[in-house]
Amino acid sequence: MVQVEREIITKEANPMLPQLFVIRSRKLETSDTFTLELEPIESEVEFSFLPGQFNMIYVFGVGEVPISISGDPLKKNRITHTTRMVGTVTKAMGMLKRGDVLGIRGPFGTSWPVDRCENCDVVIVAGGIGLAPLRPAIYYILANRERYNRVILLYGARTPEDILYKQEIEKWKSRFDFEVYVTVDRGTSGWKGNVGVVTTLIPRAPFESRNSVAFVCGPEVMMRFTAIELIKRGVKEDNIFISMERNMKCGIGLCGHCQFGPVFICKDGPVFSYNQVKDLLFKREI
Amino acid sequence: MSKIKFYRLAPEDLNKIFEYFKIRGYNIIGPTVRDNAIIYDEIQSVNDLPVGLTDEQKPGYYRLKKRNDTALFGYVVGPQSWKKFLFPPILTLWEAKKSNGKFEIFEPNFAERKFVFVGVRACEISAILIHDKVFGGGQYTDPNYLKIRKNVFTIAVNCSEPGENCFCSSVGTGPRALTGYDLVLTEVISKGEHYLIAKAGTESGEEVLESLKFNEATDEEVKKSEDIMSDALGKFKKGVELDGVVELLQLNYENPLWEKISEKCLACANCTMVCPTCFCNTIEDVTDLSGENAKRIRRWDSCFTLEFSYIHGGSVRYSTMSRYRQWMTHKLSAWKNQFGMIGCVGCGRCITWCPVGIDIVENVKLFKKDAIKV
Amino acid sequence: MSIQTLERILSEHPFFKDLKEEYLELIVGCARNVFYKPGDFIFREGEEAHEFYIIRDGRVSLEISVPGKNPVVIQTLEDGEVLGWSWIVPPYYWHFDARVVEPTRVIALDGRCLRNKCEEDHSLGYELLKRFVSIVEQRLQATRIQLLDLYGAG
Repeated sequence: MVQVEREIITKEANPMLPQLFVIRSRKLETSDTFTLELEPIESEVEFSFLPGQFNMIYVFGVGEVPISISGDPLKKNRITHTTRMVGTVTKAMGMLKRGDVLGIRGPFGTSWPVDRCENCDVVIVAGGIGLAPLRPAIYYILANRERYNRVILLYGARTPEDILYKQEIEKWKSRFDFEVYVTVDRGTSGWKGNVGVVTTLIPRAPFESRNSVAFVCGPEVMMRFTAIELIKRGVKEDNIFISMERNMKCGIGLCGHCQFGPVFICKDGPVFSYNQVKDLLFKREI
Repeated sequence: MSKIKFYRLAPEDLNKIFEYFKIRGYNIIGPTVRDNAIIYDEIQSVNDLPVGLTDEQKPGYYRLKKRNDTALFGYVVGPQSWKKFLFPPILTLWEAKKSNGKFEIFEPNFAERKFVFVGVRACEISAILIHDKVFGGGQYTDPNYLKIRKNVFTIAVNCSEPGENCFCSSVGTGPRALTGYDLVLTEVISKGEHYLIAKAGTESGEEVLESLKFNEATDEEVKKSEDIMSDALGKFKKGVELDGVVELLQLNYENPLWEKISEKCLACANCTMVCPTCFCNTIEDVTDLSGENAKRIRRWDSCFTLEFSYIHGGSVRYSTMSRYRQWMTHKLSAWKNQFGMIGCVGCGRCITWCPVGIDIVENVKLFKKDAIKV
Repeated sequence: MSIQTLERILSEHPFFKDLKEEYLELIVGCARNVFYKPGDFIFREGEEAHEFYIIRDGRVSLEISVPGKNPVVIQTLEDGEVLGWSWIVPPYYWHFDARVVEPTRVIALDGRCLRNKCEEDHSLGYELLKRFVSIVEQRLQATRIQLLDLYGAG
């Protein structure tokens, strides 16, 4: 099967220059979250990425934002981004249609260590939009399924309406080799599933702690509490991986904005082992 | 291996060097007086230098005073640094234009400018070398910085008299310039004599000195310049042992001392603007009124602003304390993890230009004292 | 359901781990097996609390009814989870509804009987309280995180 390549370096001699990509499809996932599929305008441009990496997306005349890539790393030249409309740029992005053009710089950052272990259990814990940066890892793992033991997804959303990738999750649930547990913070009428924060799924999740690798993504508070629950279960601290977020402007480690203690989230991260960042995670205003 | 040659230059001889470069299309940048401070700007001749002036510096204090001689370099460093040229405060990164439903991005043609930096101090050389690492030594580099950098001819000057806020000797970056220059000058001035001892640091430097046919200095003249430099070492008013400060600061994020030392801080960002190694910047995307044309601009930024750490509806570093802590910990500690050396070169500018006189050296001492207590 | 099976299930349950043999016997003596259909209420808010339950399998929804609105689901509990701590905290009444969502089998334990035994033997009381405090802590923490509304628009 496909081996994970070493870190991909943006080929641009000038890493601040975006490449043009056109929107091939747009899908509304929830009331404020949408997914875009992009293709490079120039056919010679080859784009490949590792699960967990992000792009800097430029909307003409509005600005640029870092968004995790949420598509299949084995599909070349189709880039998928699931974005939540929270600010000026993401709202402008949300109004674009098929055929519109965006500027892309990337891929940047470190990736989920999907090749870290053979025959281990993989526990993927996603909170809210955190499922988007984890989806490429899920695709990769399912494409190389024989390498892993049990593969488990614990996904927490705010309400049933906020669940991302609803149809895909149903498909995943129907697989015998992928255990998917979905919970919501707030149930609504008609919801027959789990209600409770995603951390409540951890104590009973069927994985062998000593031989597990965990990928966690979501709001920082959620990742903190999740890591604590995983450690309580016996997962080793250097086998827990999280994806951090901070204000980003350049994405290439030259503007200083995304520093978290001594690391740059854009180039030393966004994926870190819990070990690497745990000291700072519990300190305020770092 | 040829012996190092020392040349003796009369003060006016510098004009010859300036002319040499002017006809080759270089801009001469050197210290000059503007608005009661010594800043770096284009100069035409030796007369534009702050001749016979010195700077009195204390925490939060800077005044120019007349010297009782006509020294060309009888001061230390002012509010500006060479990053003004290598890493400009505002830079257009590219322009874009809407066309046919998409848009085109025009790669910038960064200006081909060639500079001679005159009067670069040892601490400033270290600062430039640090920026070489920041902007040129990582996976991604700044093409504008590299383009300008390779066309800089550096004429360094050894400091004979450290300023009151100077602590380069504690950091190990001065007062003597050891490397990173094309030419280095040591000014010798006393009753009856005034000359500069020049030494080349590179082949291009050697070429300039040879082709301008300057006289070689006598052994006595060289010795005088050496004495000046060894005397300078004993004249520091400020110093602190920086051994272990990297670990110390990263172990003390939650020390209540931070509240105390940042009490007076106004988050005015002066320190980051005058600091020769601060490199934080922001990227702005702007458009014209028609919406058809857009530009991406890079601007200096400062970790002291509230917006700097803004994410998800709030700033991570909300309190002034956390921003001061970020700056000082980055400068003296985290920088080492990131780039292999600490970010401070001991120039003392942040102490001079802080409106409330916060002193980074005194703050280090407070942490060290506090560590011993525990 | 035989006593032997109940005993096996209870002794293997993590909640009763490290409990003295004689206490376990006591608890088994207070246990019975119950089956609920979807829609059944195991208990209602305000009712007296005299039992607690180990969910063998199924799903139970903890709800608070709000006039004019659909009941708010605080949390759902599933296989292996412990339901009900109000029986051990005076004044012993339920603080919310427990409604069954999926066909659910539980082991119901007689709280009234156990309470009396705890008054007689404080050591037993301490063992049970220790375990229930832990349950309450988990529920409290989960509720606090829910309050943060982490996935909200921020």
